[in-house]
Amino acid sequence: MLLCVIRNRVEEVGKVAKVLLKDIIKIYDGDVKAVDRANIEIQDKEFMVLVGPSGCGKTTVLRMIAGLEEISSGDLFIDSKRVNDEAPKDRDIAMVFQNYALYPHMSVYGNMQFGLRIRNFPKEEIHARVKEAAQILDIEELLDRKPKALSGGQRQRVAVGRAIVRKPKVFLFDEPLSNLDAKLRVQMRAEISSLHSRLQATMIYVTHDQTEAMTMGDRIVVMRSGIIQQIGTPLKLYNTPINRFVAGFIGSPPMNISPAGVSEQDGKIVVKEEGMTVVIPESREEVLRPYLGGKVLMGVRSEDLKFTNEPKESNLNAKVIVVEPLGNETHLYLETKDSQLIARTDSEHGFRVGERVDFTPEVKKIQFFDIETERSLLYSE
Amino acid sequence: MIDSPRGRVLRALTLVALIVLAAAFLFGGFVLLQYIQEFKILMTISAVIWGVGSVALLYHVLNHIAQTMPRKVRSVSVAIIFAGPAILILFWALILPTLRSLRLSFMDSTGSKFVFLDNYIFAFTDPIMLQSFRNNLLWMIFGTLSCVVLGIVIAVLVDKSRMERLIKSLIFMPMVISFVGAGVIWRFIYAYKGEGVNIADIGLLNAIVTSLGGQAQAWTLVPFWNNFFLIIIMVWLQTGYSMVIISSAIKAIPVSLNEAARVDGANAFQIFFSITIPTIMPTIVTVTTTILIFSLKLFDIVRVMTGGNYGTNVIANEFYERQFTRGQSGQASAIAIVLLVVIIPVLAYNLRQFKGRRTLR
Repeated sequence: MLLCVIRNRVEEVGKVAKVLLKDIIKIYDGDVKAVDRANIEIQDKEFMVLVGPSGCGKTTVLRMIAGLEEISSGDLFIDSKRVNDEAPKDRDIAMVFQNYALYPHMSVYGNMQFGLRIRNFPKEEIHARVKEAAQILDIEELLDRKPKALSGGQRQRVAVGRAIVRKPKVFLFDEPLSNLDAKLRVQMRAEISSLHSRLQATMIYVTHDQTEAMTMGDRIVVMRSGIIQQIGTPLKLYNTPINRFVAGFIGSPPMNISPAGVSEQDGKIVVKEEGMTVVIPESREEVLRPYLGGKVLMGVRSEDLKFTNEPKESNLNAKVIVVEPLGNETHLYLETKDSQLIARTDSEHGFRVGERVDFTPEVKKIQFFDIETERSLLYSE
Repeated sequence: MIDSPRGRVLRALTLVALIVLAAAFLFGGFVLLQYIQEFKILMTISAVIWGVGSVALLYHVLNHIAQTMPRKVRSVSVAIIFAGPAILILFWALILPTLRSLRLSFMDSTGSKFVFLDNYIFAFTDPIMLQSFRNNLLWMIFGTLSCVVLGIVIAVLVDKSRMERLIKSLIFMPMVISFVGAGVIWRFIYAYKGEGVNIADIGLLNAIVTSLGGQAQAWTLVPFWNNFFLIIIMVWLQTGYSMVIISSAIKAIPVSLNEAARVDGANAFQIFFSITIPTIMPTIVTVTTTILIFSLKLFDIVRVMTGGNYGTNVIANEFYERQFTRGQSGQASAIAIVLLVVIIPVLAYNLRQFKGRRTLR
């Protein structure tokens, strides 16, 4: 039965919607550049996540796609049609707002049918669509209620339902889960993901939460201070970040990044940091050779720091300052002379606060960044 | 507190001392005031200090006494001490006069002979009363409607415009003028001196009308329509009020609500009628009922502008006329009671709205 409904929906939607941002710039009040030359190509049926710290311009990009914010310069295409000067209502998009923005004086049914009624859809069609969306979102029981009589999660569903009934080319989500509690957020995350695969629609999703970005996105756009840092699949961003910011922003706990000296030892290039000496594999020697005698930023993910029982000169020796047992694994906050690091270990070890431990990094997975430009020495776009 | 015999004695002593002190303050102040009667400023200042001080002291002493009582009596007596005086004054200044008016409304003009419903029959049949009812209806409908509609329109139009503060201040400004003051201002606007040699018209409206090639008129004498010329004055005074309240309600609507409607496909008019108006409906109702009550008990404007003549009489003015000019206390009381009965439902509705809104929060 449910499968049947899903299949129907897939057939009905069937719209192709590519979204293309070309050199999009947003300038506020003449001098504040909120978004600088954004170039994004969002494929049909793709789930694209815009992520970055608050104030990075991700919401502004979304609002420009929606038509709620004017584009200062550049071109925006939806389905190969330039829509810069189109009103939101003519762009065939639907948006889910952070605070849901449900119409408080209308029932759930009223909220969901509003967009269709405004567009003069026939009554039967409206009724069928609202019923169908309510079924998909499991809110059939709530259709007569007013928004104020709903819980946060229910309001969220209604907001999504209001978007679904419109069957738009593109769905826009503006931090839709940030007002929910942690447990509900995880649940809704999965529901929106499965909704995406059901509806087979193009979705653009804004969040500041990198976990949301990693778990939901087909691809992710990482933004910072109005500038796009990197675009790629979650694993691409995780494994091959092109600069220090992406490396530090994607992944939890964040990557350990600290300055390290580059020198030559026995004909091999080594990187030294805090008494730890890392011999660089030959494949990486080329990129590090220019930095001989100087410093680079070395980045090691917390799971790539391996605990070792054999004390060696080249190990990282650090003091445990915090132990965070999570059950399946344990996070250790480590302190060396000049910096702090986080390591993920399995939970059997039984580390104690204050004890000194030895770690060796997984050499192949170490990232290197230029200390000035903070660009990756290993990867570029 | 330690409940030792010594403690109890100490407490009783403090209490007695407090009572003596309070009595001394009350009496002393009274004597002092009489003594310094010639020095007006000094007397005024001492009277204020004495008056406020006595009330504070009285509350303090009574509260102190109440606190020494057993727990069960205490909560009741504290309530009586703090709310009692206010309730007493309310009863004396509001309830009692109302009851007295009710009694008088069944009496003749001397207040001694019972005439049963005669005064009410007058109130509902006398031609001047019927005219007043009609005029009040005009005030209620056109005055209230204009205030509220204009308030909404202005609030929406100036919202987020660059001149918002200036325009709102200008429109709100008449609010601070008293009705009588406004009447005087508008007398100049409607002024008409008549025609003849050496007569110069000073009325603003006539100046405008004649400069446009029209004929100067005595605006407040034009039958029936003069009511509307008076209603305009109230609209001028009250639109600011409705605009300010409605404007703040509009500003309380989350921006995302309008944006959601825009994305949903609504144009500016659809947003206004489907989103803005329904969302601020409770506020509109409150403003409307408040102005409705205003227009029901309207008196000053009519009194100042026409004195109720030329077919502009209203209920409150007729009440004033009967009571203070003609000394018909029975008829005046009947009119007052009628007015009260008409206003009560509006008032009750208004209060219910307030209450309802509180529970919403």
